Formats: sequence, structure tokens, C-alpha cells
Amino acid sequence: MTEPQITVNGRSRPLVGTPDHTNALDFLRGLGLTGAKEGCAEGECGACAVLVARPDGDGSRWTPVNACLVPALALDGQEVVTAEGLGDPGDLHPVQAELAVRGGSQCGYCTPGFVCSMAAEYYRPDRSANDEPDPEHGPNGFDLHAIGGNLCRCTGYRPIRDAAWALGAPDPTDPLAERQAGAAPAVAATRVAGFARPADLAEALALLAEHPDATVVAGSTDWGVEANLRGRRASYVVAVDRLPELRGLSTDGVVEIGAGLTLSEVEAMLGDTVPLLAQVWPQFASRLIRNGATIGGNLVTASPIGDLAPALLALDATLVLASADGDREVTLAEFFTGYRETLLRPGELLRAVRVPTPLAEHTTFRKIAKRRYDDISSVAVAIALDVVDDTVVRARIGLGGVAATPIRARATEAVLEGRPWTAETVEAASDALANEGTPIDDQRASAAYRSAMLGNALRAWWAAS
Amino acid sequence: MSVGQALPHESAAEHVTGHALFTDDLVHRTPHVLHAHPVCSPHAHARVTRLDPSPALAVDGVVRVLTVDDVPGVNDAGVKHDEPLFPDEVMFVGHAVCWVLAETLEAARLGALAVEVDYEPLPAIVALTEAIEAESFQGGRPVVARGDVEQGLAAAAHVFSGVTEMAGQEHFYLETHASLALVDESGQVFVQSSTQHPTETQEIVAHVLGRESHAVTVQCLRMGGGFGGKEMQPHGFAAIAALGATLTGRPVRLRLNRTHDMTMTGKRHGFHAQWRVGFDDDGRLVALEATLTSDGGWSLDLSEPVLARALCHVDNAYWIPHVLLHGRVARTHKTSQTAFRGFGGPQGMLVIEDVLGRCAPLLGIDPVDLRRRNFYVDGQATPYGQVVRHPERVAVAWDQVVSTGEVVRRREEIAAFNAAHEHTKRALAVTPLKFGISFNFTAFNQAGALVHVYKDGSVLINHGGTEMGQGLHTKMLQVAATSLGIPLERVRLAPTRTDKVPNTSATAASSSADLNGGAVKDACDQITARLREFDEGRDLPWDDLVREAYFGRVQLWAAGFYRTEGIHWDSTRMTGHPFKYFAYGVAAAEVEVDGFTGAHRTRRVDIVHDVGDSLSPLVDIGQIEGGFAQGVGWLTLEDLRWDESDGPGRGRLTTQSASTYKLPSIGELPDELHVALLEHAHEDGVVYGSKAVGEPPLMLAFAVREALREAAASFGPEGTSVELASPATPEAVFWAVQRARGVTCTG
Repeated sequence: MTEPQITVNGRSRPLVGTPDHTNALDFLRGLGLTGAKEGCAEGECGACAVLVARPDGDGSRWTPVNACLVPALALDGQEVVTAEGLGDPGDLHPVQAELAVRGGSQCGYCTPGFVCSMAAEYYRPDRSANDEPDPEHGPNGFDLHAIGGNLCRCTGYRPIRDAAWALGAPDPTDPLAERQAGAAPAVAATRVAGFARPADLAEALALLAEHPDATVVAGSTDWGVEANLRGRRASYVVAVDRLPELRGLSTDGVVEIGAGLTLSEVEAMLGDTVPLLAQVWPQFASRLIRNGATIGGNLVTASPIGDLAPALLALDATLVLASADGDREVTLAEFFTGYRETLLRPGELLRAVRVPTPLAEHTTFRKIAKRRYDDISSVAVAIALDVVDDTVVRARIGLGGVAATPIRARATEAVLEGRPWTAETVEAASDALANEGTPIDDQRASAAYRSAMLGNALRAWWAAS
Repeated sequence: MSVGQALPHESAAEHVTGHALFTDDLVHRTPHVLHAHPVCSPHAHARVTRLDPSPALAVDGVVRVLTVDDVPGVNDAGVKHDEPLFPDEVMFVGHAVCWVLAETLEAARLGALAVEVDYEPLPAIVALTEAIEAESFQGGRPVVARGDVEQGLAAAAHVFSGVTEMAGQEHFYLETHASLALVDESGQVFVQSSTQHPTETQEIVAHVLGRESHAVTVQCLRMGGGFGGKEMQPHGFAAIAALGATLTGRPVRLRLNRTHDMTMTGKRHGFHAQWRVGFDDDGRLVALEATLTSDGGWSLDLSEPVLARALCHVDNAYWIPHVLLHGRVARTHKTSQTAFRGFGGPQGMLVIEDVLGRCAPLLGIDPVDLRRRNFYVDGQATPYGQVVRHPERVAVAWDQVVSTGEVVRRREEIAAFNAAHEHTKRALAVTPLKFGISFNFTAFNQAGALVHVYKDGSVLINHGGTEMGQGLHTKMLQVAATSLGIPLERVRLAPTRTDKVPNTSATAASSSADLNGGAVKDACDQITARLREFDEGRDLPWDDLVREAYFGRVQLWAAGFYRTEGIHWDSTRMTGHPFKYFAYGVAAAEVEVDGFTGAHRTRRVDIVHDVGDSLSPLVDIGQIEGGFAQGVGWLTLEDLRWDESDGPGRGRLTTQSASTYKLPSIGELPDELHVALLEHAHEDGVVYGSKAVGEPPLMLAFAVREALREAAASFGPEGTSVELASPATPEAVFWAVQRARGVTCTG
């Protein structure tokens, strides 16, 4: 087995002796690459963003991630580029040059992270000139959501937006553009003290049997926060996000999504196949987080405020749980058993998420939060209705932020089913919806507001349709 | 010429490539560094009855635990002797009782967990209203008075009263507090610190160590944002690092993580204001009486000057004949609130803008007209007695915004839109801004600089100001190049340090370009005068002149000094002429509010702002836009919450992270943003006719808040007066909409 190492800005950097709790940010800074900064240590500010070469079909994609959340060991065998690797003060990268001349940096602390997020969008292969720019998409096809996970406290963002929208297309001889034509680095089978990246599902299950207390990580966007902010330490870490058995996606009959796919990958692979999910992505965390976080990780953490669970509840999703004894399938609605508790047994892994078809005809996702981009829901409501001859024949509603777990709004569903799809029904159902769950007062919202938002979700949808 | 050119930030190329170094970036270049970690109080108020650091020393890698017994000098982190560095009575959740030094940050963290501390909990006051109820105040009780308020109110055609409350604001500079201290080869204590006030950091380090100032040097390379949060707050952290370095003989690094930074350091003051106001039949302000109470937190810090500036800005741009303003600082068991861009000015101005926004519908006057007709005119003075110079600039800027922003046409379109949309409403509001420039405290209005011309003609400048992203160094390079008459490339600026320019004022009050620019120019002018005399009209090229002057034994360096003339302030009577001049601006903002959720977006903003003759237009526009965005964050999004329950978490900041405290992201950028600098705005007596720009634009954001109020009102019947909480988060706007609709609500 080769010694663990990361290729950083084209140079191999050994990982020997790196503790499992050392994140990639601290590792890079320890090398003297201090461009990436710690701003929040929880993936909210993007000051630590770096580029990682990730698979994209037969080629690869420069994918920005929050280095503060990823264990350095999880990048074994990978290629990383930092702001230092993109250009020098005397030889700026096009993204760097645009930011610099337009006043895109003031204090400069967030800037290297912005540079990396912007560079990824600059190199995005399907970015192209856009004849109908809108407030979020520039004439060059640059999508501002690409920098929705980067915070700047100085500029107010206008010069950053202008820099983003001034970018041209990469020169074909640009080495980073050329690199994307080649395959991403192979997945390393890392095995060091305290950290393992098994090669396949069988090995992963065997490791979990061997280390019953192991912490399973995928994108580490939840675990990284626990480790950084709350000082949690794992006795043993098993990384599962690159297991081939967890990375399939098929839409043949049932939609089956591998639990180890990142949200960005699922978003790209599904396209508009599941319209409700297509509504969720732009409102779900940030591009930086979606590049790391996996669909499986998002469900297994069982956060009461995860945005995906309400949508998947409305879609009647089921989960395939794999263990040494084989697979079992459970509904998502029964999967959540309590605050951050699930049916998952020790030694078991979430392998895939299944969405039955045909999909409901009418779906909507409504997220209520303080901030437009990259915020945590106060309330999330996903609704899926089948309406036949103006009558609601089937209603599924998933809610986040109003109970200890994501829940189904069963009372409201019952009010809707069998009734005509009319304003009167919407009112009756809205009154029921406002009484679902057990919302609480916290720093994000008051209980009264949460209930009001539940009640208004259907009304707003009705008014818009 | 350089001054007036639109240049990028002097470090832009280093910023974008990650080559620009910040204090904590130096750790990896410093061998044998120890890492510091605090032991923080879980109680809002408690007596420390026992502190046993010995278990920490058993943790692998822990080198030392710093406690009060280690302090050779004064156990105080402030200048008022009310902030013990190592407290025996903790005053807020997060208050550090001791610090652990270890070989790694991980070891220091584990060591801190091992320290045993016993507390005897004491009653705590958390909410500002609790403090007012309990009459828990600290510091002076200033009063600004003019005329006879009672008589004014009695004579007024319309009298209204109300309460206005506003939350504070977390600075959330992207770079948290950081210090790196070592004892150098000459025995000097050398502290690299992310500080807006290197001199005071130096003084506090010296008094904690029991040394004289000349034994301590503080350097600030640059800051990853400051916004006032690094004016007073860095001193104690620098002192801890310096104390550790002197006791262990090794460099000590102290960097707060975000949680520590948010729970341990001060913020913008929240304010409570109770007011009575009188208008005449034409909507002209006749009298205003108000009591402003700020939430100072556990110690005074800068609360008194912040309050003074608040009282001096309640008038904003409006003439009010009879005024009586009382000010108080509440003491609560929270972080000690401190300077934050605007320094009380925004809070004072919010009071009058809230008053006008609420009263306009009650008076039946369009808020645009109500504001416009109350502007100061020539010859009128502020309530504290300073004649307002150039008041016409507000009107000029206002009319320009109204005209270029097509305000009249757009308001007609908005009315039509609102009539056609039941669930979505738009509004457009215009607000003015007048902000006094200079430190209220006269002595701070001085600065120094050091300019060296080397024999090869290259120039090195130092000045007393610090760079936190505001572009001060860019401007100072431009001032030096212009006054020496040489290309900008010939001038280099070295980092701010106390052994180059002593006794500096904080980089604060927006005045750093005025003060340090004056000092740099003074030094350059001295050198230019000597060179000109030596040149004797030969008009030698710069390099030749410098070389010959050296051989002619001409002094090629100079120390520059500047003090602001013509200002005075009586802090007892709260009268005088505290400001060199006023900065003016006007903003128009159009918003759209969703009636189902209260969610809002800003569709368009037009700004005209007065920066005098701009020293550096790209920098100035950056300050205007950035300040505006930060103001929008304060007023519409950023939501500090403290646990005010009686549970075990009482006093805890519940928004102590980036995931719970949301500052604006690119999604809050207005769809359209137009910024213009006011023309014909030369300011006599300030460096190259320029004006300060750091703080004032923050207060342009009132336009957004007022537009939100008007949009919420549009959900109700004509003439609805809306009370809007601050911050106007989607939830707050939703409840305002509900009230406008006449729905009784529980929020």
C-alpha cells in the first residue's frame, strides 16, 4: 500500500502522522499554504474553500469544498488546488485578475476562498453565454449560487458579482481546464491508525463489525462541525462516500439514488427527473456544502431541519439499509425515530434512497429562513399532490423544523384527500397544516411564526398557481 | 498624479493569491510556538470560589496555565480599570477565568477542559429592559438640551410618543481576534496583533507586564476586517499572549475561534429609546424629547463615547428647534459592547428615522416630503450647538437621487403594482444622512507619520493608522506619491508598528485618512521643501535630486504630524463644535415583500454620497457599498439572540456561530445598485479636499428599513402606521404585515 499523500498545487504532500481529526484546512496551513483561512470552522463562510479534482463522467471537475470540514486523511490520493496554486501576484489567474482590478477584495481574508469558488464556476464545462441574464445568472452564464457559500463582510458583493460576470471562457491550453479532460484520481484505499477508507461495501461492513464504535463519515459536513466546534473525537473513522456500491443512480422504474453521491452530483445526474428535488437544490445549503455533503449523510444525521427529508417524505421515499445480513428496505417516514435517532442498526449502512414512480403530478417545496441563500430552515414544507378530475386523490406533505424529526403532515393529508382542489379546500387544509407538529421558539424563529408559515405554505402555492 | 485615481487596493494581488499575510498566518513561520486556549465561564454572573489548574498540567502537551497569580503588573485588560484580565467574579457567559498554554491547540483545548473551577452563581441581568427596570446603569448620564421641549410640545399641532428598540450587531470580521507574542533578542516584547489600536494594545500589554511602553512593540500587518470590533477588544488577548511569552520564553499564539470570538467579545450596542415628538401643521419638527438607553454589557469599554455620538446624531439631517435628550448606559451580564462602524451614530439616527417613518402616515404626509421639508438649512445649528456647514449638500444629493433614480415614476409604478397584487407589495423610500467627522474626544484628533527617502530615490512610509480592508494604506500611498510628485511605484508602505510612530489614535471614527493623510503629507511637504531649496530652481529629476541632496547633507526623512484644528467639545455640558465637518449622503431603496412569509428582497438602490474630492474613488465606492450592505445586515437580517430565560443557559448567546447568526450573503445584494459620488464637494482644510468615508454609508441602509415599513403598510388600509422591529427579519416583517392588515398576532 502506498503511503497516504495529497497532491497540492501539483506537489505531493505526505499525510504521514496526520491525526484523523486534523482537517484539510489545518493540514494545508501547516504546509505554509495560508491562503485558505478559517472564518467559522463550520462550512458557513467559505474562507477555507479549495478545489478538489472530482470525477465527472469520464473526466474530472474542479470542485470547491470547505477544507475546514474535510478530514485531511479523507483526501488521500486526491489532487487539491488552492488560491496559491491558481496564480501568483505577478501572474494572476483570470479570476484573480478580475477580482483584484474591480475592488473585489477589501480586507482580503475571504478572498482566496472566493477565488476558489469562482474558479470552479469559471471552469464549469456547461457554463456558456447566457442571452437572458437575470439577477442570479450573468451574461457569461456565471451562476451566483456558486458563491452563495462564501461570505464577505467588506464589499457588499457588487464588485465580486461584477468580477464573476466579467469572466470569459478558459483558454483551452489552461492547465486546469486541460486537467478536467482527464479522469479524476483513483480512490485511495486508506488504512492508517484511526482512519480507514474501505475499497468496497463488503470491506466497509466488515470494518464496522470490527469497530462497532466507529464514526461513519461521507462528506463530513456534519461531523466536521462536531469535531471543530464541539471538540468531538472519533475512536475510529470509516469513510464511505466513495464506495462504488453507494454511488449508482438509476431512473429505470423506481428512482434509486446511491447514498454516497454528493448533493451536487445528484442534482446534476437527476436534472429535472424529479421536479420537487430540482426545487430543493438551490435552496439547500450552499454549493460548497452540496459539493461535499451526500444524500445518505443528510438523512442519517436525522436533523429535524434538514431540507431533503421533507421533500423525500412527500415523495414517499424508502431507504435501502445494507448490513452483513443483506439489504432491508424501510420507509423514510418510519426511519426517523427521535431527535437525531434512526432505525439504523450498529454495523448497518444506508446504501440507497428510492423514490417510487410515477411521481406526483403537483409538487412544491417551500423553505422559510432568514437569509435567501445558505440558511437553515425555520420551516420547510414539501407538498406532493395527485389531482384527478379536480379532486385530490393523494396527498403527501413532508415538514422540517416543526418537530424533533422531519414529519409527515398526516392530518393535513387526510383533509386534502378526496376533496376538490379548490380555494375552500386549501383554506381547510391550511388551517390543519398550521396545527401540525410541535414547533418551538428558538433563535431562528418563534413557534407562532413557524405555525403561521405552515399555514401559509399551501395558500402561497395556491395563490401562485 | 495619484490622488483621485481609481486604484485597486494596494494589496489586491496578494489578497487574491493568498499571499497577503494576517497575524495568524505567521504561526507557521514561527518555531516553538505555544497555543493558548481559554477556560470560559458557563455562568452569566458568578463568583469564582476555587480554581485548580493542576489537572490541566497533567494533560500531555500542556506547558502552563496562566492565572491571576502570574500577573506582574496590573490585572486589567482595559483603560478604565473595570475589566480584570483574570476575574474573580465572572460577568458574562464566556468570560475567561484563566488560559492554558500548550504545544498544540488540541492539547490546550483538552487542558482547558481539565481545569477545575467552582462558581457561586449570582443573579444576572440579561435583557436591556430588565436593566432599565432594575435601574442597573453605569457611567455618566449625559443630556443634550436646546430650547424648551415642554413649551415646544405644548405648542405643537401634533404630538406623538412611542418606544423604539433596536438590536445590536456582531462585527463578524472574517478574521477572528489573533495575537502572536514573543520576547526578542533584545528583550523587547514584540506582539503581532490584529488590532485597530496598536498604541493602546501596547499600553495594556505594558501595564499587565509591569513594564514601560518602550519595552513593548505592537505590529499590525493588516486585519481581516475590524469594523470597530478590534478597537478595544484585542488588548486583553495580546496581553495574555505577551504574558505567556514572557513567562515561558517561547512565542505564544492566541487566536479565538469563531465561537469564542462571538461569545467573548463586544458588539454593537442595542438601544432602547422612549420618545415624544411634536410637529406643526406642515409636518415640521417642533420638539423632540427622548431617553436613549444603551445596552453596555458588563463593563464600560467605549459605551460612554458611543452614547455621546448617539445623542449627537438623533437629529440626523433635520432641524428640531426644541430638543431634550437623556442618555444612559445599562449594565447587563453580557459581553462588553463596544465600537462598531458608526459608533452610536446609527442608533441615534434610527430613533428619528423611526419617528418619521411611524408619524408620516399619522400626519397624512408622504414620508419623502416629510423628510425633505425638515432638512437643516444654512445657519442652523445642531442641538449641541455646532452650526451645520454645507447643509445644502443633503438637498442636492436628495434631488439627484430622486431624479436619477426616477423616484416619482417608479413610485407610480409601485402603486399600480400594489393595486394589482394582493400578496406581494413593493415600496420605495428615500432617507438622508448627516454624520459628524472627528473623534468627539478632541485629544484623539492627532496623528503621526514617518517618511524616508532613500538615496536611490525610493520612498518608505509609515503612519499610525491600521489597514483593515478600508483602503487606508492605498490612500496613504497616493497621498505620499502626490505630495512628493513621484510615481506611486516608488513608494512602499510598511506595516503599522508602535516603534515607528508612537502615541497613535485608534484607526476609528472614519478619520484615519484625514488624520494620517495630514501627517503623511506634512512629512512629505517637509522633505519637498528641503529638496526644493537644495534644487535652487534647477528642476533636477527626482533620482538625481535625491542623490545630490544626500551628498549635500540634506535630511531625507521626516516625521509628520497633524492635528485637527478648530474643534472643541464640552463633554459635561454636551455642547461645542466636536466635528471638523459633516459627511452627507442620500439613498433610495425599493423593496418587495411577500405577504405570506415576510420575506423581502431589495430590487434597486440609488445612492449619492459626499466624500469631498475623493482621494481614491474605487476605495471610496467600496466603502460606500460595503457600509451600506453592513447597515442592511444590521437592520434587516442579523439577529443577535441571548437566552433570557431562567433556565441553566441564561445569559448565553444563542446565536454564537455562522450557522445561527446570518450576515448578508450575495443573495442580499440589490438587483440593481447605483452609487454616485457627490460632485463639487471639495472640503477645505482636509487632505486634498477629501472627506471621511468609513462609517457614514452604513446609515444609508435606513432607506431599506423605511421601504420595508412602507411595503408592510401597503398590506393595510391607506394611512396605516407600521411599527417595525429592528432587525426587520422576514419574521418581523411578517408580523408588521399582519398588524397592518389588522390581524391580532402573537409574535
